[in-house]
Amino acid sequence: MRGRLLTILLLLPAVLATALFVYFFIAWTGWASLTGWNQVARMEGLFPDFPFVGLRNYRSLLATERFWPNDVLNTVVFTVCFEALCLSLGLLLAILLDRQPRGEGLYRNVFLLPMSLSFVVTGTIWAWLMNPTTGVNVLLEPLGLNAVRRGLLGVRALAPLWAGLDALRIDVVRPGLTADGRAALGAVVIAAAWQMSGFAMAMFLAGLRGISEEIREAARADGASELQLYARILVPMLRPVLVSVVVILGYVSLKIFDLVFIMTRGGPGDSTDFPAIYLFDSAFKGNLWARGASVAVVMLLASAVVVLPYLRRQLRGGGEG
Amino acid sequence: MSAPGRRPLRPSRVLLHGALALLAALYLVPVYVTVAGSLKTLREVNTTSIWTPPAHPSLAAWRDALTPPLEGAGGIGPGIVNSLLLTVPAVILSSLWGSLNGYLLSKWRFRGSEAVFAFLLYGMFIPYQAILIPLVQFLERLGLYDTLPGLALTHVIYGLPITTLIFRNYYAVVPVELVEAAALEGAGVLRTYARIVLPLSGPGFVVVGIWQFTSIWNEFLFAVTLTSNPDSQPVTVALQNLAGSFAALYNVQMAGALVTALPTLIAFVLLGRFFVRGLMAGSLKG
Repeated sequence: MRGRLLTILLLLPAVLATALFVYFFIAWTGWASLTGWNQVARMEGLFPDFPFVGLRNYRSLLATERFWPNDVLNTVVFTVCFEALCLSLGLLLAILLDRQPRGEGLYRNVFLLPMSLSFVVTGTIWAWLMNPTTGVNVLLEPLGLNAVRRGLLGVRALAPLWAGLDALRIDVVRPGLTADGRAALGAVVIAAAWQMSGFAMAMFLAGLRGISEEIREAARADGASELQLYARILVPMLRPVLVSVVVILGYVSLKIFDLVFIMTRGGPGDSTDFPAIYLFDSAFKGNLWARGASVAVVMLLASAVVVLPYLRRQLRGGGEG
Repeated sequence: MSAPGRRPLRPSRVLLHGALALLAALYLVPVYVTVAGSLKTLREVNTTSIWTPPAHPSLAAWRDALTPPLEGAGGIGPGIVNSLLLTVPAVILSSLWGSLNGYLLSKWRFRGSEAVFAFLLYGMFIPYQAILIPLVQFLERLGLYDTLPGLALTHVIYGLPITTLIFRNYYAVVPVELVEAAALEGAGVLRTYARIVLPLSGPGFVVVGIWQFTSIWNEFLFAVTLTSNPDSQPVTVALQNLAGSFAALYNVQMAGALVTALPTLIAFVLLGRFFVRGLMAGSLKG
């Protein structure tokens, strides 16, 4: 009995700190988003002492083109492209490494190395790599990719396709040029995938290694080729890992900030602007604290939609572990 | 599995190695560009392509990144010192705290301890933007805004979920009989922790330590919003300022990026497999 009381007492600091710094602060942000606190002011009470304005901040958020639809669309396009690139690269790398090539450990470290860097470092490097007048684009010119691009864009029959993709803010033909709005988003996606695809690889590889050798042997005994073995049996078995990776990468992309802040600062125009950048500019640069708080609430809700069902399933299933 | 040396050289193997070598080369392109760029002089970086290796490697850019010769432009030297002063105590405190929580939640379960765990854990899955504005207000009132202790406190508290999670999973494999045997001998919660559990915790501390070191060293959002002057700015903010004030000096920028990356890179090279374990802990079941 004394043990139990002491256990609870020792856990109390963590519980109280979390109650204050996570849950109370979230409530605080929620409250702030419903006030008219959009000016320089020091707080006096426990909560922002400003008139309650209901949903006015949210309404003006929806009327601000930079946020809606621009930032929301950018987030959707970024998330889809970033996930697609990380998942496909990660799966490819994991399958290649699962074949146990000589030097496996070295290869794995090369693909994981970007994970140990700060997004600030990644952003600094890739801003130079994607610079319009040096870097990747200089390399692409002699390869003729830009000529191919110009050629494709000139084909009249394809014009509706380009217009459609343009309307969807997807640019498939222009490589990363930080001076070109639509392509700048692609440049950020590539930099982010360079850094995070190693995570997908590590997760998929651990998943593949966790599948028992008997399953592989049984499939081979049934005459399955190695390709069929992966396509029909092993990769489908990675579903739970896939869910984890999709959720965690989704969480990363919903709150993407530092990489963009360094690489493009949201530009050119608002072409790489994201909610986190908008929040930073509103609250910390513009003193529009209530406006910033309403962006924060939107971000929290969006991430909760992605994370909460996953978290519940994991905790229920992993409780014994 | 047959020994690698005896494996016959089949075309599929050649293809496998070709593909891996190509992909590895692609992943290393930014590393090459950064190292090569950081070794060029200003004239060279402006007149040659970023793909050409430095003709006369020089460390001038490294020196300029640390202590720039220009008036008013801060280097990342002070940022490195600040980051060390911030990261080391924060890593030690958050590892110890996470270890204690993880031990209690895995070895002294009580009704509701799973709920307590879930309560702590959710903090890991929120965008920090959701707590950023009150955090700034709160730290300002405590006189901790724009100070390294304030930033360290922030990292210790928001590091609680991951450190607790990793240690809870780590201690799950410590046999409960060990704890029960200690209890039979009259050892309580804390003595069992100090005598039995802590001595077994080495690898757990390495995993958590590496993870927290990397996260805190690399962090930018808290750093840029909770500090406002160079005396308290960590290296990530200093690097961002450097890139701002040396916009055209790519050699200095690359040197700054390398210096900033070096500590976590070294940790990764030396202790990579522990880093990967921390990385996968985020998926809970690791």
